[in-house]
Amino acid sequence: MSLPGSVAETQALLASGGYVADKALATTIHLALTMGRPLFLEGEPGTGKTEIAKVLAAKLPRRLVRLQCYDGLDISSAAYEWNHARQLMAIRLAEASGEADRAALERGIYDRKFLQPRPLLDALEGSPAVLLIDELDRADEPFEAFLLEILADFQITIPELGTVKAATPPVVIITSNRTREVHDAVRRRCLYHWVGYPDAAREHAILKLRAPGLPEALSAQVVAFVQKLRDGDYFKLPGVAETIDWAQALAALDAKALEQGVVDETLGVLLKYQDDIAKLKGEEAARLIAEAQAG
Amino acid sequence: MTPDRDPARIIAGGQPLLASAPGAGGHIATNLLAFTRLLRRSGLPLGPGEALSALAALNAIEIGDRRQVHAALRAVMVHRREHFELFDQAFQLFWRDPEAAAHAAAMAALDGNKAPAEKPPPASRRLAEAMQGEKPKPRPPEPEPPRQDMSFTVSDREKLQKLDFEAMSAAEIAAAKQEIRKLSLPFDEKPTRRFRTHPSGRIVDLRATLRQSLRLGGDILKLEHKQRQEKPPPLVVLCDISGSMARYAQILLHFLHAVTNERDRVHSFLFGTRLTNVTRQLRHRDPEFAFEMVSHIVPDWSGGTRIGESLGLFNKLWARRVLGQGAVVLLITDGLDREGAAGLAEATDRLRQSCTRLIWLNPLLRFSGFQPKSQGIRAMLPHVDDFRPVHNLESLRALIQTLSDPRTGQSRRMMVA
Repeated sequence: MSLPGSVAETQALLASGGYVADKALATTIHLALTMGRPLFLEGEPGTGKTEIAKVLAAKLPRRLVRLQCYDGLDISSAAYEWNHARQLMAIRLAEASGEADRAALERGIYDRKFLQPRPLLDALEGSPAVLLIDELDRADEPFEAFLLEILADFQITIPELGTVKAATPPVVIITSNRTREVHDAVRRRCLYHWVGYPDAAREHAILKLRAPGLPEALSAQVVAFVQKLRDGDYFKLPGVAETIDWAQALAALDAKALEQGVVDETLGVLLKYQDDIAKLKGEEAARLIAEAQAG
Repeated sequence: MTPDRDPARIIAGGQPLLASAPGAGGHIATNLLAFTRLLRRSGLPLGPGEALSALAALNAIEIGDRRQVHAALRAVMVHRREHFELFDQAFQLFWRDPEAAAHAAAMAALDGNKAPAEKPPPASRRLAEAMQGEKPKPRPPEPEPPRQDMSFTVSDREKLQKLDFEAMSAAEIAAAKQEIRKLSLPFDEKPTRRFRTHPSGRIVDLRATLRQSLRLGGDILKLEHKQRQEKPPPLVVLCDISGSMARYAQILLHFLHAVTNERDRVHSFLFGTRLTNVTRQLRHRDPEFAFEMVSHIVPDWSGGTRIGESLGLFNKLWARRVLGQGAVVLLITDGLDREGAAGLAEATDRLRQSCTRLIWLNPLLRFSGFQPKSQGIRAMLPHVDDFRPVHNLESLRALIQTLSDPRTGQSRRMMVA
């Protein structure tokens, strides 16, 4: 399947994969696909950044190559690693068979067959891929430098072997929860989009897709409640993922409408800090329920 | 800017790009260029690459749809969330008001990159019509006359009091930087998860060993080793600039400037009644230029102090963004809080839980046997990891020596007892 031809088609493609994108996001994704540029998605946790890569991979369709970032992630876990055991064996074999030509040995040792691809190299070789570099902010700064070459030219230079360039450039999606500022050098090579909390209409549409079978009235109240909650002063506001979880939790408890008791009991699905829960429980929750029910 | 890096020339020479947008290319390119300059003048870091990307982006979308154009230009020209508001304002003004384009073009011409005569006539009316597409509708009423001052500051926050600063001499600054290099905070060197080859390392570096062995024809004579790299953790400095701290302001700002430039991964914040992130401003190598920029964005020099509120705000807006990777927080304040320490204990406690180490540097508590009477100090003391009174804050050297002292300051248990 070829790339979508317009912003509307991109939006439809995402919708067919169960992802409700607003126009700005659809435009940015469309541009990333058309211009062949990496896409840098930043936003609060639980706003559906990773999901975009999954949906694109499913619908384009391409295989999804995922690199989960963590502190200390280095080139041998991210891009490639030489298989030292096999290399040593090759040297022993060469010695045993009496080959002593140093140049030939060196060529033989740094052969492609001794190279173990990790996600970055894997995404360049083989069939076209969607490369998801997830939560880049979790990696430390030195790791970002490894990415610059692949982001700019879709290639990796291996000192002992040479440059590996992608036959079909992968669709690259980088996500960040902004627990650290990602360096400008990475940003400049990407298209940037801030994934915010959705408005009520979009959140309602998302809930319909992700929590089917939820009573319409309850779904509307859940969305109204969460939207009002996000205006409040909390340490960690609930994302869309929390809204979906909460709706499913309420459905599992057979709730037909928001009520004080069931809301208080399930707040842990929505808020993840004790201070926030203590603040919302009781009166404040009752106020928000009343407002949500009023419409 | 060298001629060959000038986006005007690049875009003018980019015929293939323009040809794919028949009928509109020339004017769009001209306007995009003026728009790029406008954004650059208002402080966005844009280069020729962004201008070219913007043109390519407009070729890839339906140019009649204003929201698509907005989203597309923002995606390629803006690289961080903080700049969205500035971009949106500039976009609204530039792509609606034909005069604004002319002003911007004139202002850009004043930059000296091009003689005014070379400027094509303003054409954004035609551009605006082109962007309206097939259904021309009356243009919306002009929002307000564009100001000739094209600075486009996001907010018109009044400057309550402007900083009046006496700069240090070049020699003093050089000496200060020397001192800063000696600065070592308690537990400053932390092992990272990254390795480097080292003769006395304890882990065998197979890749280096193999490379070494090939130089000797394949015999492994010596194992190469590696060990973990050590480096100082990120440092976040929260500095009080209220009235009671005013006499230390100069020395503290020089400290902030030197530490921001000399150390890796430093974030600096100033607070009085509000909280301002001044990291980017302080990264300017020239201290006077940096202080000038800081004094422009900080609205609350030498005013009151709301420590609790400022720390609360920091916890909410910045803690998750700058306290990753084992950051150490250096809190510089005298602890005299205007709000009677409301919320201060909770905010300090939350701050300590979010960072590896919270060091409080207090220029007020310099007398031995001093009993903390102030509510603010009593509220904060139980929640800091390390407490360092400064006996004499007249020089940067004293400050750095105090900070580098391996002994912790007075035990906080003694202080609160």
